[in-house]
Amino acid sequence: MAAPRTLYDKLWDSHVVHTDTGGNALLYIDLHLTHEVTTPQAFEGLRAAHRKMRRTDKTIAVPDHNVPTTPDRLQKIDDPESRMQLETLEENARDFGVPYIPMSDIRQGIVHIIGPEQGLTQPGKTIVCGDSHTATHGAFGALAFGIGTSDVEHVLATQTLQMKKSKNLRVLVDGALPTGVTAKDLVLAIIGKMGTAGGTGHVVEYVGQVFKDLSMEGRMTVCNMTIEAGARAGLIAPDEKTFEYLKGKPHAPKAGQWEQAVAYWKTLKTDEGAVFDKEIRLNAAEIVPHVTWGTSPEDVLPITANVPNPNDFADPNKKAAAKRALEYMGLTPGTPLEKVKIDKVFIGSCTNGRIEDMRAVAAVLKGKKIASHVGMLVVPGSGLVKHQAEEEGLDKIFIAAGAEWREPGCSMCLGMNPDILQPGERCASTSNRNFEGRQGRGGRTHLLSPGMAAAAAVTGYLTDVRKVQ
Amino acid sequence: MEKFTILKGIAAPLPLVNVDTDMIMPKQFLKTIKRTGLGKAVLFDMRFNDDGSEKADFVLNQEPYRNAKVLIAGANFGCGSSREHAPWGLLDFGFRCIIAPSFADIFYNNCFKNGILCITLPQAEIDKLTAQAQKGNTKGNDFTVDLAQKTITTPDGTVTKFEIDDTRRHNLLNGLDDIGLTLQHAEKITSFEAKQKAEQPWLYA
Repeated sequence: MAAPRTLYDKLWDSHVVHTDTGGNALLYIDLHLTHEVTTPQAFEGLRAAHRKMRRTDKTIAVPDHNVPTTPDRLQKIDDPESRMQLETLEENARDFGVPYIPMSDIRQGIVHIIGPEQGLTQPGKTIVCGDSHTATHGAFGALAFGIGTSDVEHVLATQTLQMKKSKNLRVLVDGALPTGVTAKDLVLAIIGKMGTAGGTGHVVEYVGQVFKDLSMEGRMTVCNMTIEAGARAGLIAPDEKTFEYLKGKPHAPKAGQWEQAVAYWKTLKTDEGAVFDKEIRLNAAEIVPHVTWGTSPEDVLPITANVPNPNDFADPNKKAAAKRALEYMGLTPGTPLEKVKIDKVFIGSCTNGRIEDMRAVAAVLKGKKIASHVGMLVVPGSGLVKHQAEEEGLDKIFIAAGAEWREPGCSMCLGMNPDILQPGERCASTSNRNFEGRQGRGGRTHLLSPGMAAAAAVTGYLTDVRKVQ
Repeated sequence: MEKFTILKGIAAPLPLVNVDTDMIMPKQFLKTIKRTGLGKAVLFDMRFNDDGSEKADFVLNQEPYRNAKVLIAGANFGCGSSREHAPWGLLDFGFRCIIAPSFADIFYNNCFKNGILCITLPQAEIDKLTAQAQKGNTKGNDFTVDLAQKTITTPDGTVTKFEIDDTRRHNLLNGLDDIGLTLQHAEKITSFEAKQKAEQPWLYA
């Protein structure tokens, strides 16, 4: 009998085209998602070498990082560099024959939101994109990871990647999440435990009832942030919920092939007795709403905690990093996190820009006003999310509360478009990175769940959402 | 890709943990459609004040580090975003080699694709190299990285051995083009597709 294999082992084995004696493999790629920021130099490279694309049918292009989110964006894009990059994507898609979703299309949105929405993301696929949050698609039991532009060019030309196999890491979470605690809190707690480099060199599989209980949206939030723990890919084995989500989506397998696909997808799980190289274990029942205090996603604490003191860290490098982070964040050790006053709230991103996130925010804001000193942006992850939210009347709740309801895109998650923080501004953000300058030079980011962000908007301070609901 | 054989040059110390690619190359510089010219943007917020003037206390604004070719960094260097603009910027500044206790996976891979050698060494070794770099290596009395021999020689003559994946080393030493190498296996890719299409036809519908 063959040795028991992990889900990652199975996904890897089924895509190896060739392996050399040194263990370097050529891995076949089933889906290549492309956007405007990390592809211009790749297409240019193809042109320079007179190379063609191998499979336009396994590639899709959509603008997301640079697009403005204001309603007049179809008329004008003020920033000439952004405009040039967006035009370049459209031009490259046309010249090479890549299916392209323009900004004017209701299907446009953040590439990691539209992959699942369109049914392009499927269990068992290998999925890459020139973006580290490609890990999102692992929520479907697909091996999905971010790549640099040289590798984008490599996939365009060959539909494969040269790589070595990673190690297997299991994140095992026992028990169920308490009320008011979400997928975002869960993944922040996991990152806090693993550290930002804890998953380096590994592919993570998330195991435990808590992941089965999560919606597909919640699973995507968890897998999305796997990269913040250093692992390029995170996996959750597909189940009935996954199949239900995909059924009827535009690019999902059609009748006749659907049953065959599902039968295959059901084999995509870790065998009994398969060995993991490393294991991290948490108890879900102990997790409370989390928020970051520093400039790395691992700088995270329960909302009930105080700002830490650099002297609490034994490792001299960590101590120095904490000191630098607190200086940048303008925080004093010992301050209760709930006493931290905020200026801005950002709802959106590939981490929390899906319909379920919009609903969570609306549930907190309904019938309330945001604090007078707070500015709030709500940016749906795609045109379809926007449409659905409007169908449900969520936009009216946001606007009545005093928030801005925007067009879809990456927006203030990384501030490549005009949505940025001013120096010193403090933001409660549902995005994925609190790095220095990420949301704008000198901007200060606190990562949290959509419900927590909405609660902060209402009180004007970081707030335990369980008190507001 | 330019070959990497023996690199001789100034090493700059940057002993900070978790230096992410947003720090190495801030978002406003990602709008370029070229690979070149990003050296002036590298580590931008650390190097420059709001008014564009240099921060005098930052290592790369000091002599002899303005001409550094080797960077001695902290753990988890290059974490976060997959942006290859980070290695492009480091390369354009003049760096051909980065030495750190650990690297983030995507960044590590991106560096090799651009002819930058990343060397991983234990923290204790890094501390020694950092001290050597801080004491001031001068032109002619600086660091030598020999990829064929897998050695680093510091200004005081100390030789440190390092390990590196044989394939990566071979490709760097010879400046090989990845895509060209892969295309030698084009027939295998074609037969993989035929087999996959037979087994999972929905992937080709």
